[in-house]
Amino acid sequence: MIQKQETGRFVRATQSTYAQLAADVLTCAKQCGATEADIVVADGETFSVQVRVGAVDRLTKAREKRLGLRVFVGKRSATTSTSDFSKASLDRLVSETCTLAKAVVEDPVSGLPEASELAGDRPDLDLYDETVLGPETQIDWAKRGESAAFSADSRVTNSEGAEFDSSSGRVVLANSHGFVGSYQSSSFSLSVSPIATEAETGAMQRDAWYEVQHKFARLASAESIGQEAARRAVRRLGARRVATKRVPVVFDQETAGSLLANLCSAVSGYGLYKRASFLLDQLGHAVASDRITVYDDGRMAGGLGSRPFDGEGVATRKNTIVERGVLKNYLLDTYSGRKLGFPSTGNASRSVGESPSVGPTNFYLVPGVKTPEEIIGSVKEGLYLTEVIGFGINMVTGDYSRGACGFWIENGELAFPVEEITIAGNLKQMLKDIEVVGSDLVFRGRIASPTLKISEMMVAGN
Amino acid sequence: MGYTSRRLVFMEKVQHMTDHGQLATFGITELEAQHALDRLNVRDVDYADLYFESRVSESVSMEEGLVKRAAKSISQGVGVRATAGEKTGFAYSDELTKKDLELAADTARYIAHSPKGDRAVPVPAQRRPTRDLYPIERAKADVATPERVLLLNEIDAEARRYDSRIKNVMASFNTEYKIVAVATSDGTLVGDVQPLSRLQITCIAEENGNRQVGSFGGGGRVGFEFYRENNRHLDYAREAAREAILNLSAVDAPAGAMPVVLAGGWPGILLHEAIGHGLEADFNRKKTSAFSNLIGKRVASEVCTIVDDGTLPFRRGSLNMDDEGTPTGCTTLIENGILRGYITDKLNARLMGIALTGNGRRESYQSVVLPRMTNTFMLAGESDPQDIIRSVKRGLYAVSFGGGQVDITNGKFVFSASEAYLIEDGKVTKPVKGATLIGNGPEILTKVSMVGHDLKLDNGIGTCGKDGQSVPVGVGLPTIKIDEITVGGTQG
Repeated sequence: MIQKQETGRFVRATQSTYAQLAADVLTCAKQCGATEADIVVADGETFSVQVRVGAVDRLTKAREKRLGLRVFVGKRSATTSTSDFSKASLDRLVSETCTLAKAVVEDPVSGLPEASELAGDRPDLDLYDETVLGPETQIDWAKRGESAAFSADSRVTNSEGAEFDSSSGRVVLANSHGFVGSYQSSSFSLSVSPIATEAETGAMQRDAWYEVQHKFARLASAESIGQEAARRAVRRLGARRVATKRVPVVFDQETAGSLLANLCSAVSGYGLYKRASFLLDQLGHAVASDRITVYDDGRMAGGLGSRPFDGEGVATRKNTIVERGVLKNYLLDTYSGRKLGFPSTGNASRSVGESPSVGPTNFYLVPGVKTPEEIIGSVKEGLYLTEVIGFGINMVTGDYSRGACGFWIENGELAFPVEEITIAGNLKQMLKDIEVVGSDLVFRGRIASPTLKISEMMVAGN
Repeated sequence: MGYTSRRLVFMEKVQHMTDHGQLATFGITELEAQHALDRLNVRDVDYADLYFESRVSESVSMEEGLVKRAAKSISQGVGVRATAGEKTGFAYSDELTKKDLELAADTARYIAHSPKGDRAVPVPAQRRPTRDLYPIERAKADVATPERVLLLNEIDAEARRYDSRIKNVMASFNTEYKIVAVATSDGTLVGDVQPLSRLQITCIAEENGNRQVGSFGGGGRVGFEFYRENNRHLDYAREAAREAILNLSAVDAPAGAMPVVLAGGWPGILLHEAIGHGLEADFNRKKTSAFSNLIGKRVASEVCTIVDDGTLPFRRGSLNMDDEGTPTGCTTLIENGILRGYITDKLNARLMGIALTGNGRRESYQSVVLPRMTNTFMLAGESDPQDIIRSVKRGLYAVSFGGGQVDITNGKFVFSASEAYLIEDGKVTKPVKGATLIGNGPEILTKVSMVGHDLKLDNGIGTCGKDGQSVPVGVGLPTIKIDEITVGGTQG
């Protein structure tokens, strides 16, 4: 059985093995002419189960490891990565990286963070759970989730399946300042994607619900996830278009989260120094309605975006991004911070093979007092938005035009589902037009927002 | 596509494969692969395969006039799969020892609920690649970094020379060199070498506080010399700059349902989203596609014939063979408006009892095979593109797009214009800001009333995402007129 092979063979390398490997590579880099360097080693195992219409559809098992190297030769730098940890391969990688670095131009602000910025503490952020679930447990969870969706409503007639994933891994980061940091994290998730059919027309609607947690014990029940997925699919049946008009738009938690993700990109250092953000030169200015306060907190216990240090070893922290509508801080790593004249905010995001970029940790909008029902109740005619699709966002200008679906609000109540419509506006104005902030903040990912009401947007239909 | 094939290179490649075997690159012997397949070949298993992959990716990027970044990534691994009925067992490993192979095989076999291998699989008839759609010399694909740096520097200068309002130029040049080998339980062992490259340019124009963006790019399964041929890289730079400058004068886009004329080439993304994904066999086997049960039915107007063709030389979406070792082909999806067929991989073709089309693709050894598009395009019609524009009283002329997305189940799709103009009284007038277009897949092509004679394929920039897997694809379109589609602008 899979379980036994796992314990017999997939023995995870210890932290000290990788720390030693990193030290060796750093030494080798110095010998090749590197003046500074950092190295990331990540390894992990995942096991994923998909069931569909009550039967196992796919089992996937994997383990992987990667090593990413960034070297600086003076003010020139290059980044490489490999999955081959043999000494010969790593020696070759180091030498190639130094050669690559010498081929690009000098960049005056390039370099590692200052030693004083590196994380000195190692708080336990509650990211790791050593629970190992057997295939049968995962199959059972996925089956129960899907079955709950089928039982919840007779209009649920088909399914794109249910998937239960578990993974665990370790990240080790070391640099030539002598920093060595490491943390483990795990993840457990269930998603259910039912399909509902309208009996008269045969028209189908799909929706999904999911949950992700670092700890298995925190996961909601398979049944509750399946039932919510069914409710979401069924409520879309009979959706139609509406006439083109300007109306208030209520963004539900999911779509409000996508709006907050747009804000997050706009305040990220790379877009700003390249002059490719609609929030250029706005620090200290009102960029949103005074009801809006946004934090990015890298050290929230159990948070899906939490980590003790960022992709360059800089200590994570809680940053105030927007306070009562005023832009207080950008999200920065060392490089983009230096370009803009600020220290890093601990937001370096690093996929192993690439040079750092900027990403959120736990980026959220502080909740207000109104329930979603009260917000919908305040709208005479408008759109309750539950899904946006497509890529119609211009980050340089803030122009926003996306495919949408949701419900039409008439006299404060959800009247009927709508689809094949678009919503359009400009993010600069939309952020200022947020009239009401809901009380319903729930962390379901790295970016979280309560329900939001925007006073008016253009809805295009027929 | 103005790109000359070199038979000599092809012959060298074949020679290499024949002399050393498809598996030599991976340090695995045929016997070891055979043993792993034997372990998978148990009673309940219908099919099994091993997919070996070695990939070297390189990139250089430029911004603020400086080529500041260079990166290189090396990965190698094996994906092992067994299918039993509708079930798939899959495991992958970045270690390529005999033991790792066997372990992965035992994991993949778990779905079969039957004991360890007791039947030998047929010894593969070693197959040569039967053709080479992208004969690129290794030396050309692996061009020295300083040459790439120079290319980007010339692009920066050209874009800024185009117009002094261009304030920043971001360009990146990416190459990938992938060697794959597939060993299957149905007795094939076949390999391929798959080069891929792409040049992408984004310009930011600024005038009196108005900032706008324009982008352009291209590539394919081509070597470095492709970009220098007739200074193609400088054409790309001017195109990106032109779009940014044009957008400085763009007015708000209209909102509502109206006629839309799509220019040829990249706007073919319409086909990819509106019908392509909906015709992938997996969704239709599961009956979760808005196109399920529509084979033989009218889903488009008579002027529409649409194919998926993986055999076009040097194209980004082309492959000598798919990732299950099946030679790619040209599949007619819609013929004169009638839905003809789905695109398939082995699992779905077998379960549905339909033809194998060579569309089984995967992002890497770490991903499972799914039916995916290659190059999807509409064949040329008979209309003059100018007549098509003249036939519209008030509408939109969309020339270039960003991305698109589709909901397979209800058929609703979007794609977002990045360069578009108003059509007023049959004439193309003011440029408008980007807007999303939304429609219903099974319906939209019934509203195509005119198809131009000017079929154009895109420049080689498309990447398709499905189930979290990205693969390179191509699209193409002649100029077409859609009588009505909803345009998501801000002006009512």
